[in-house]
Amino acid sequence: MIHITRRAVLGAAVGTAASGLAPRTVFANPTSYELKPFSVADGIWMIEGSRDYFSRENGGAIVNCALIDTDIGVLIVDSGPSKKYGEALLDVARGLNGRGAAGVMITHHHPDHFFGNQVFADKPIYALPETRALAASEGDGFADNMYRLLGDWMRGTEPLPPNKDITSSFLTIGGRKLKTLPLAGHTGADLAILDEKTGTLIAGDLAFLDRAPTTPHADLAVWRDALTVMSQQQASSIIPGHGPIDRTGTSLTQTRAYLDWLEATLKRSAGEGLDMVEIMDLPIPEEFSGMGSMPQEFYRSVAHLYPDIERTVMPLSR
Amino acid sequence: MRLTFCFLSAFLATQAVALDDPKVPLDDPLKSGMWSYHQINILGDPAKIRFDDRVVVKAPAVAEDSFNVPVLVDATALENVTQMVFLVDYGPIPKILTYWPEQSEPKISFRFKIDQATPVRAAVHTSDGMWHVGSTVIDAAGGGCTAPAVAYAADDWEEHLGKVHGQVWPENGRLRMIVDHPMDTGLADGIPIFIIEDLAVSTPGTKSPLARLRLYEPVNEDPAFTLYFDKATLGTEVSVTGRDNNGNEIDAIIRAAASQ
Repeated sequence: MIHITRRAVLGAAVGTAASGLAPRTVFANPTSYELKPFSVADGIWMIEGSRDYFSRENGGAIVNCALIDTDIGVLIVDSGPSKKYGEALLDVARGLNGRGAAGVMITHHHPDHFFGNQVFADKPIYALPETRALAASEGDGFADNMYRLLGDWMRGTEPLPPNKDITSSFLTIGGRKLKTLPLAGHTGADLAILDEKTGTLIAGDLAFLDRAPTTPHADLAVWRDALTVMSQQQASSIIPGHGPIDRTGTSLTQTRAYLDWLEATLKRSAGEGLDMVEIMDLPIPEEFSGMGSMPQEFYRSVAHLYPDIERTVMPLSR
Repeated sequence: MRLTFCFLSAFLATQAVALDDPKVPLDDPLKSGMWSYHQINILGDPAKIRFDDRVVVKAPAVAEDSFNVPVLVDATALENVTQMVFLVDYGPIPKILTYWPEQSEPKISFRFKIDQATPVRAAVHTSDGMWHVGSTVIDAAGGGCTAPAVAYAADDWEEHLGKVHGQVWPENGRLRMIVDHPMDTGLADGIPIFIIEDLAVSTPGTKSPLARLRLYEPVNEDPAFTLYFDKATLGTEVSVTGRDNNGNEIDAIIRAAASQ
């Protein structure tokens, strides 16, 4: 009888593990999110998520949310992984500004960023048109997996796509002017937001810091272009999609360095005829091995990216 | 009378259990409810079988992409391997692949479509008649067996059918190939089963194959394999031949980098 806990499986040195079918906790402890906003600039707060992958311990609160003070209430950037998270976020907004939430902006269609939308259904929920379309087409599939991963934390959550398209380069909400950058690369549509007043750049998942970037819908070349555009904004600070506040621009250089390493590793592996499991056994450079959610995120990226990369690298026979 | 009935029912009960039991009852390290069923029905209820740590099954603990779950099976710690059978305990079609490492190492990498969290098994047959079974568990969101092939999103898939991407590395004793094929399981609505059934690799101009494979529905779309050899075994060219269940032939030469 093998008895291995989930933590032991995750911690297995090579990440490939023979695990026992250990029973999961079915009746979870009462769940609640403790969201602690902290000020990063004049009228801008950030809620920092866990750097781990989704788990029943963190309730999916792995994402960074930004809150922007305006004359008509707090504008929330990204609504979190669940209905319950959205409710907690609304509580935070009410605590910061008596007018509560003015609206929501969604950076991209991944479930940890928009599954709190339900709570804000009567408010404007802004996003790029492509994000709205992707949230509508992929939301239910994401929900299946989120319920599987998070269980009771997801109770009552139904994916609600954004309801207002962002089609202009600037958006003024409650007297606060925001520059909207319609980028892509992490997904098919990624919104970055620059606050004119403070120079704070809200990067969504185009930038990660000390947390491994995720690639389920990534186009690496397009992503690198987006990093270039963001680096030209002369931001005073950057709120990455995951990881701590960035005052020096490190999130952009680190994300680029990681993507470069990832692509080079996969291409070299294809040139050597390695299979995915063999790539997962390769050593990860110290520069990246200490990032949050490593090495699991690297394993996921191998699965996302390698099949296409090896087709282009390996010659077609006659 | 009542006593006789009791004896009779007790006898019948034992018989019923005995009919379900394999010849060699094993203590499955994963305690899966399906193992003994597959031991009887897929492996043919062999007289000699054991779980064996020398059969190493490596796969990610979680399937990120249900359509492309990578597995590496290494049985090089065993001598005289004749056949390797790969299967899952839970899934609509449990048998994935059979590998005959004629002149290759008893080691292979492949990908398959997973339908739910399940143990994955490699049953390795040696020439002394013994089956050696290795296992791992893969967690999955599932659904990989019952969705249509991605290929149909592109309207030129027929032109790629049976094309082979591949390369040999004779100095490392390694062969990698990807054979373009939808590998339809027959479980997606309105799409009949359409799969590669047989593949063989051989040195051009020779008769006996280096290795042979029999594929079943769960093998991934555009099957991808790495095969492993002693360094002296592979030349700079290897022939890949095969056939799908519609009679389409696969016939390609895979080369080493220097002779491209």
